[in-house]
Amino acid sequence: MNWRETIRTALEAIRSRRLRSALTMLGILIGIAAVMLTVGLGQGAQAQVRDQINQLGSNLLIVSPGSTTSTSGIRGGRGSASTLTMRDAVALASPVVAPDIAKVAPVVTGSQSLTVGTTNWTTNVVGTTPDWLPVRARSLTEGRFFTQAELNGSASVVVLGSTTSTELFGGRDALGQAVSINGSTMTVIGILNTAGSSTTTDEDDQALIPQTTYGSRIANNGNATGVSTLYLEATSTDSLSAAYQEANKALLSTHGVTAAAPDFTISSQQSLLTTATSTDRTLTVLLAGIAAISLLVGGIGVMNIMLVSVTERIREIGLRKALGATPRAIRQQFLVEASTLGLCGGLLGVLLGLVGAQVLPHFLNQPVTISAVAGIGALGIALIIGIVAGVYPASRAARLAPIDALRSE
Amino acid sequence: MSAVLLPGGSGPILRLQDVGKVYATGSVEVEALRGVSIQVERGEYVAIMGPSGSGKSTLMHILGCLDVPTSGSYDLAGEDVSTMSEAALATVRNRQIGFVFQQFNLLASLPAWRNVELPLCYSGMGRAERKERAIRALERVGLGERVDHRPGELSGGQQQRVAVARALVTDPALILADEPTGNLDSHSSADVLGLFTELHDQGRTIVLITHERDVARSAQRIVRILDGQVDPAVPLPSGNVR
Repeated sequence: MNWRETIRTALEAIRSRRLRSALTMLGILIGIAAVMLTVGLGQGAQAQVRDQINQLGSNLLIVSPGSTTSTSGIRGGRGSASTLTMRDAVALASPVVAPDIAKVAPVVTGSQSLTVGTTNWTTNVVGTTPDWLPVRARSLTEGRFFTQAELNGSASVVVLGSTTSTELFGGRDALGQAVSINGSTMTVIGILNTAGSSTTTDEDDQALIPQTTYGSRIANNGNATGVSTLYLEATSTDSLSAAYQEANKALLSTHGVTAAAPDFTISSQQSLLTTATSTDRTLTVLLAGIAAISLLVGGIGVMNIMLVSVTERIREIGLRKALGATPRAIRQQFLVEASTLGLCGGLLGVLLGLVGAQVLPHFLNQPVTISAVAGIGALGIALIIGIVAGVYPASRAARLAPIDALRSE
Repeated sequence: MSAVLLPGGSGPILRLQDVGKVYATGSVEVEALRGVSIQVERGEYVAIMGPSGSGKSTLMHILGCLDVPTSGSYDLAGEDVSTMSEAALATVRNRQIGFVFQQFNLLASLPAWRNVELPLCYSGMGRAERKERAIRALERVGLGERVDHRPGELSGGQQQRVAVARALVTDPALILADEPTGNLDSHSSADVLGLFTELHDQGRTIVLITHERDVARSAQRIVRILDGQVDPAVPLPSGNVR
């Protein structure tokens, strides 16, 4: 009996017991759909986190100052020292020193009270350079960012975050208005687009001014060139580690410190991403584990029904053997029947999973990502379950002696 | 119609020599056959007759290659089948033997022609040829009009005719009928036995197993089995010899 015949015989057997076959497939169907949806939910959540982090600027390296150590030996923690300066920013921006670093955005921040007429609002005032905008992957809703000329000339201009703008001006148009910061009057030239909150700060509540302006008007320690953080943008995601090496080497030499005792730290968004996704992954594994158990139960269902089928069709098996079916042909027939049940259940399960992926986000407010790999993988698993569940019943059918099978009634 | 050309050379189609069969159920051994020797020539129509418990069912299983003897030898169409593996026996059954059972043993979900083509499926024949031969076999037993009927839509006699068509379709060396009229009324019985006589006239070799003397009489020769042995008491030529 060739494969086409075997498959036809199996399909006929499945069709002649419609209800039972449908119920058997249901077990596999639910299992496959559950696995697809839980994995899809996990991947969706991971993609969401990844998007959020990428939104804050891709290919990004963050250089923070090292820690201070007080005379009594208490270490201040990362960023407590002010070892970074504008000189570092200029050095890292040089294509000779660091060819894999595309842009550098030095940042110096301080909490300041902003006043407009009788309204005041305390927020983070950030002194930076025009490269801040592309490096942090931000955009403006209106107005413009300050220019290199304004940076060089310590211009009294400010770009406000959307929250800051709303707090100070309410619904009114802030562009061209004057804001008083630490006694200096600055003109609002642009409003940032919203970005959402990062893990530590509200990205929509800040006021950006040229670094030079910050150094001359705001900085109270007289350190006009000191910066608190350097944001580095690598030329591409692939060159991130090269950029890291270059930045590390350049800063070690300009600061005159050894690699054993650096006075700065370089971190990347990647490390942040790893932490965030690993939590999601744990949850996905747990859910997928539960779904896998339901798939196992579905597989046991297939095996059970195949065993019943063998007992029930014992006369048919005997007849087929009498007519010349070899044990191998009988084994194939039952194996194909079981794997067809598995495969059909799997196909329907994938369909249900795809429908679920469209419907579920409306109820859970969670994205569900279903990849082609997951779908094909699920089908493969369903087929394997069918085959594994069919092996024992099929070999029992193949081993039946034709006379015993014919005689039974 | 002309005689059917049969495979193999001359000599007996079937030769049992001193065949014994012992069933071991637990510690009890049952000797079902004790030194049975039977020879059937090409084109013969032989009835094997015996009361229940005589060992004729066991004999039928061995003749049909559904079981192997514990001792003795069995040659079918020139091949010793008494020591063959299960898979090899399956092939012999497929090529050399056409079965007709008491319970018809048709698959209820398949139309008549699909039931008839079943043995051809296991011999690896192409689909178009299978269908053609199945329909021809059904026409031969007078069911040319009912090829698409399912067994449930046919009378008992018609169902047994489908079974006979299935036995014929492979052109086997031997047609082995086990109580073929056991489930039929007298009219249908006569019908089916008439069909066997017709097939015999066309040159088929038929072995019919029965416990009914009237049925056995339609054969050319009767072999009586009693207590697992061929009973020599009954004179061999019996009934209507041709």
